[in-house]
Amino acid sequence: MLLKNNSQRLFGLIIAIVLLILLMCASIVYGYTDTTWKMVLDAFRNNNGSNEHIVIETVRLPRALIAAAVGSSLAIAGALMQTLTKNPLASPATFGVNAGAGFAVVLAVTFFSIGNLQAFTWISFLGAAIAAIGVYAIGSVGREGLTPMKLTLAGAAMTAMFASFTQGFLVINEAAFEQVLYWLAGSVEGRKMTVLTAVLPYLVISWLGSIIMASKLNVLSMGEDVAKGLGLNTGFLKICAAIIIIFLAGGSVAIAGPVGFIGIVIPHVARSIIGIDHRWVIPFSGILGGILLLVADILARYIIMPQEVPVGVMTAIIGTPFFIYIVRKGFNAR
Amino acid sequence: MVQTIETQNLTLSYGDSIIIDELDLEIPKGEITVFIGGNGCGKSTLLRSIARLLKPKSGAVLLEGKAISKMSTKDVAKQMAILPQTPVAPEGLTVLQLVKQGRYPYQTWLKQWTEEDEKQVTNALKATGLEELKDRPVDSLSGGQRQRAWIAMTLAQDTDIVLLDEPTTYLDMTHQIEILDLLFELNEKEQRTIVMVLHDLNLACRYADNIVAIKDQKIYAQGKPEIVINCSLVRNVFGMECEIITDPLLGTPLCIPYGKGRCILKKAGTMIGS
Repeated sequence: MLLKNNSQRLFGLIIAIVLLILLMCASIVYGYTDTTWKMVLDAFRNNNGSNEHIVIETVRLPRALIAAAVGSSLAIAGALMQTLTKNPLASPATFGVNAGAGFAVVLAVTFFSIGNLQAFTWISFLGAAIAAIGVYAIGSVGREGLTPMKLTLAGAAMTAMFASFTQGFLVINEAAFEQVLYWLAGSVEGRKMTVLTAVLPYLVISWLGSIIMASKLNVLSMGEDVAKGLGLNTGFLKICAAIIIIFLAGGSVAIAGPVGFIGIVIPHVARSIIGIDHRWVIPFSGILGGILLLVADILARYIIMPQEVPVGVMTAIIGTPFFIYIVRKGFNAR
Repeated sequence: MVQTIETQNLTLSYGDSIIIDELDLEIPKGEITVFIGGNGCGKSTLLRSIARLLKPKSGAVLLEGKAISKMSTKDVAKQMAILPQTPVAPEGLTVLQLVKQGRYPYQTWLKQWTEEDEKQVTNALKATGLEELKDRPVDSLSGGQRQRAWIAMTLAQDTDIVLLDEPTTYLDMTHQIEILDLLFELNEKEQRTIVMVLHDLNLACRYADNIVAIKDQKIYAQGKPEIVINCSLVRNVFGMECEIITDPLLGTPLCIPYGKGRCILKKAGTMIGS
């Protein structure tokens, strides 16, 4: 733990918020067509309808906001899942929640040609929910109940299954393939502001909800029996947390496709900096998640310029070594 | 006898197998009650259900005459604390953070942390002798210290009743006595009702005011150890032949099992013969 007391933690949180805002600005300014900081300021203060101003308002701004929102949501979902399952490898991507939402969206867009944004969002939630319930059910089978190992295997199986369904479906439907390929790799590029605003209310409710339940999560992390003994209604808390996870992961997938690794990596980074108290871990994870996705998205523009790498590929490059590190450390310690 | 916890027709089961069958039990207030019995006899299950961690199949657990299933779980937590068997603290949690969680039942939206909370936490740390170690992570402590930290958490909960499921498991003899002495003192000084499951019959006899022996889903015997513990109880409850003698230090019953072992006693008869 890097920060030892609450004033240091508050300071760390403020630094992170400042960094998040700076990175959002950088995300608006830098890219294939570099603009200047002054131009960006002009676009907000007195938009004259010039090409540059329109690009800033309709392309760059939504992109920065989406990266921040999706990164935060996935990181918080990961932090909740790791506490709920007592599993250091839990995250929306590793437990198949992202893949489930992804498959549902592909099915909806290509097969049923659903264009309505609200419907689209709810289909993504539904896919996330089905995957989450599936993993929970498969992980609970057997007499010793839910173990971290079984849950991880169930998650891997669920991810593989939904990924195969998605691929199989795209193979027989070539037109759809073109349409969703880039989205499927995980991307915040080329999304309209309306995509974000359709999902944002659910995300905001979930962010607030997860902060409200933080002190209860502290109690839950001491074990089911201890928590019940202290008078915590563990069943209700878990259901609320599960709904929040489904909103956050499903919402993120609806906007940006299944972006991996943020949900698993960020909570560990947050805990190593700010400690294990969820009242700090949840908000800090959210901000760090936004920072990571913004950085990944900015880097994605420069690697093979003028083309862009999908941001999901960038987070994988950053996240894979870390994932291996957690596997080695996490399962040895338990 | 004033009872504080009572079970009525309590039946407990895991799936189809009945663990405890229509049990009527009264636990006296302000005393130390110890559940004993063979492995898998249901003594831990009974304790868990009294602590509302396990829903009964039928029957009820009453706390001061009220059914706990009808009370709010936070209200129960203000009257009764439970320390489950071998709890695990999250990695990096400090002793102070752990003990503070004991105040959870008293926290509401408007009242986050009060002077009373602070006082209870300080007292709990003092009673368990952990003031020096309060900033250490729980997972860095020795087994005995760790158990004391968990007991401190249940003390901070400030309840009249403390339930403990095998609080001495995995501890060496020194620490077993240390933990049980601590609980004994709490009972003496503050008249807290203590109910626990113990494996060691001799320690049970030493510390319990009231022993509950469980056999075949029922209570086999209940009462003061010096009255209820005898050879036939040990034979019937544990399936073991033994000799009961008086503890030369405290006068409580002491169980010496028959069986094999190195015999170095020189019996009078053999000495004459040689």
